[in-house]
Amino acid sequence: MVPLEWYLLLAFALFVIGVTGVLIRRNIIMVLLSIELILNSANITFVAYSYYLQSIRGQVVVFFVLTMAAAEVALGLALVIALYRVRAVLNVDEMNLMRW
Amino acid sequence: MIQLAWLIPIFPALGALVNGLFGRTHIKDRAHLVAIGAVAASFLISCLVFISMATGTPATTITLYEWIAVANFKVNVAFLIDPLTAIMLMVVTGVGLLVHIYSSGYMHHDEGYWRFFTYLNLFMFSMLILILGDSYLLMFVGWEGVGLCSYLLIGFWYQKPSATRAGNKAFIVNRIGDAGFLLGIFTIFMTFGSVRYLDVFPKAGLATESVATAITLFLFIGAMGKSAQVPLYVWLPDAMEGPTPVSALIHAATMVTAGIYMVVRSNALFALAPFSLEVVAVVGAITAIFAASIGLVQTDIKRVLAYSTVSQLGYMFLACGVGAYLSGVFHLFTHAFFKGLLFLGSGSVIHALSGEQDMRKMGGLYDKIPITYKTFLIGTIAIAGIPPLAGFWSKDEILTSAFAGGHYLLWGVAVVTAFMTSFYMFRLLFLTFHGQSRVDHEVEHHIHESPSSMTVPLMILAGFSLLVGMLVGFPPESGWIHHFLSPILAKGGHEEGHPLSLGLELGLMALSTLVAVSGWALARQFYIKEPQLPKMIAERAHGVYTTLVNKYWVDEIYQAVIVRPLLWFSNFLWTFDQWVLDGLVNASGWITLLESRISEIFDIYIVDGTVNGVSATLDVGARGLRRLQTGAVQNYVLAMVTGIVVLAVVFMF
Amino acid sequence: MTAQLLFLYFAAMILGGAVVAVASPSLIHSALALLVTFIHVAGIYVLLNAEFIAAVQIIIYAGAILVLYLFVLMLFNPKQERFYLHRQLPVGIFLGAVLLGLMFLAAFKTKIIAQTGTFTVDSVRAAGHTQAIGKVLYTDFIFPFEIASFILLVAMFGAILLAGRRGAPKKKPERSETAGNGKAAHVEALSSRETMKEDASLAVQARRIVNEEQKAL
Repeated sequence: MVPLEWYLLLAFALFVIGVTGVLIRRNIIMVLLSIELILNSANITFVAYSYYLQSIRGQVVVFFVLTMAAAEVALGLALVIALYRVRAVLNVDEMNLMRW
Repeated sequence: MIQLAWLIPIFPALGALVNGLFGRTHIKDRAHLVAIGAVAASFLISCLVFISMATGTPATTITLYEWIAVANFKVNVAFLIDPLTAIMLMVVTGVGLLVHIYSSGYMHHDEGYWRFFTYLNLFMFSMLILILGDSYLLMFVGWEGVGLCSYLLIGFWYQKPSATRAGNKAFIVNRIGDAGFLLGIFTIFMTFGSVRYLDVFPKAGLATESVATAITLFLFIGAMGKSAQVPLYVWLPDAMEGPTPVSALIHAATMVTAGIYMVVRSNALFALAPFSLEVVAVVGAITAIFAASIGLVQTDIKRVLAYSTVSQLGYMFLACGVGAYLSGVFHLFTHAFFKGLLFLGSGSVIHALSGEQDMRKMGGLYDKIPITYKTFLIGTIAIAGIPPLAGFWSKDEILTSAFAGGHYLLWGVAVVTAFMTSFYMFRLLFLTFHGQSRVDHEVEHHIHESPSSMTVPLMILAGFSLLVGMLVGFPPESGWIHHFLSPILAKGGHEEGHPLSLGLELGLMALSTLVAVSGWALARQFYIKEPQLPKMIAERAHGVYTTLVNKYWVDEIYQAVIVRPLLWFSNFLWTFDQWVLDGLVNASGWITLLESRISEIFDIYIVDGTVNGVSATLDVGARGLRRLQTGAVQNYVLAMVTGIVVLAVVFMF
Repeated sequence: MTAQLLFLYFAAMILGGAVVAVASPSLIHSALALLVTFIHVAGIYVLLNAEFIAAVQIIIYAGAILVLYLFVLMLFNPKQERFYLHRQLPVGIFLGAVLLGLMFLAAFKTKIIAQTGTFTVDSVRAAGHTQAIGKVLYTDFIFPFEIASFILLVAMFGAILLAGRRGAPKKKPERSETAGNGKAAHVEALSSRETMKEDASLAVQARRIVNEEQKAL
């Protein structure tokens, strides 16, 4: 039997890596990529709990999270494209249109 | 007739008003007409009143109006007409009229002609109020009025600093007496509940002896000031700075007699205070001899007469003190005439000598100004007390009363004074009119007899001095005047002392005569026969002579002991006041300034501080917070993650 | 035993892939590492008796999302990302370490207090996982389900609008000046023909992406 804690640890580690990636990465697409890792970690947690609590609801939530992830990626990348049109940069540091 | 008495003071009052308001601009040289007219009218009515009183009208009170009515203090403006008042009226208006006529000649060339008559009329008004008033308060009103007029008239030639000083001195010394007078009035009111004569005298028995003594002593202090007794006499010699008619009227015949009048009026109260009577008599005697001694060596003609007045006033007080009130009044009566005559005569001499007053520069005038000389001679004989002139009768009465009352010491003093009086008066006569002429050369050319406006009054007064004594006061103690005046005495206040035998009386009369004649003889010796004698004696008795000439240094003593310390003290007070006042004002100013400074600083720091602080805080805060809004999403992510970490930490621990 | 080993393998691969994805300078390598991660996550799901979810994971994440990323990457053809020392690098690593530490601490502290549900492993296996989810999804979660579809619709619209051809959001010349401080030279005045060319190519790509998405669902 795999203890629940292992799954949780896994999920949390994945989460940390994802957050680190968001903070460190300079390319906007890579930032969005790291966000996927975070979402995945959340999914793992939900499923683990669903298994150990013997409830199907966790998986239903995962279902929706997946949907959200997909929508978010589509829109995010569309935004990147739109932004690239305005300024030909993919470096977050140079995206300073909102800067005063 | 007597009901018209209220008019008596009104005429001079109107005269003063008219002359005062219009004298400078419209009336000018004719001021004397107004003044003399007013006084003549008063005199006329006074005569009528006198006649009415003499023919048996009882004492009457004429009320004019209610003056003060406060709680239980009621004073009316009312006049009491009784024998004493009638006599005084005759003296005041009669001599006053003659002096007014004399002044029209004497002051003819003076610039302040109209002013002089204004003041003279004002004085007449005040004096009349004084003697007519039916209460002590009204008497005090007149008292102050004559004091004021005395000041105004002494300092009439106000450009002369000595005159203004003399005026101040007179007023201030008088004031000291007035303080006593006021205390007397207060005590009277406290004791009797009223200040009217007719309320107080019948109830005189209400006062205990100590209260009566207090009252009478207070009143006498007032009399001392007004009537120039020791120690408040010092103003009278200096008062000679005023014009001679003033000296004649005020300082010989009328104002100075106000004190005597007051004492005689209050005889009911004095009767209850034998101690006060003693004080009065002693003070009178001391004054008489003291002043006479100074008069022996004075060189100014008016000064001699001034000291003589002081001395004669002492006589009058002596008379009152031994209980011989009527004799005192009699002497007052006769003294008014011959002293007035003497003063006016001296004025005539001064006028003739174009202003010279020093006797050492006179002499040999008897044939140059004969009328003046003859009248002056009559006055001198009268004052010396040689019968049958007026002065003898009154003076002799006083001496006899003193002797009869057992006051032998006082009698002795009075006799010596009589001798001195005779001596210095004849000395004055001889130095002025007889002997070698020591007159200045230029003055000599202008010597002329005075105009009739001046000589006629002299002659009238001389006539009175000759006759009035015998007419009114003979026989002694029971002449007409004594009967006339006796109602004013309180019951049982009549001259005390055992009646003397006729022989003793005649003997005393002879003694007085002898004394007066010897005075004349000695003066004749000194100043006619052997003119060098005075100088020799002066050198021999150098100390005595110097003392007398310097008037016992009384003025100097007063100056050093009283005036200077007072001045120092008031200066000190002034300085202290300055310090305190200045200090207070400055301090308050300083405090206000300081407070405002503090306020200012406080205000600046607080207000500025608050405002600036608020803005600075906002500024810094905003500046700092603005940094958060980078616009870089990465920073926002970082912030979020940081928040997560913090939350995790919080939740875990 | 087997389960644990499998778990360890999957976990290792997941974490390894994740680290590579985050740390790799090459963007394509990151995307591919992410692919590895996704597949192994599906494996975890299988371990947890969630076959349907595992399948969906593969299909959507590995099949659609990752492909989308690759498309975009290839579209932009970026250079290798250079890791330079920017402001957030040390902070990021620090925070990551902190979180890691927290994780270890938390792991051995927490207790789970919850109600166990009714869906035992056996019942799920008996019914078939898909059916199990479907039952719940279309009864209790019908409303979120509809919302989710609506969201997908909106995403589609958004993607088209945002990444669509140039002419769609009309830019007026004044707006370009007032938008911003003038520091950024953000608007390049391109001729209309050039814009149309760009629009065409991009529009085609966008449509393709949308179609792929629809197919996936």
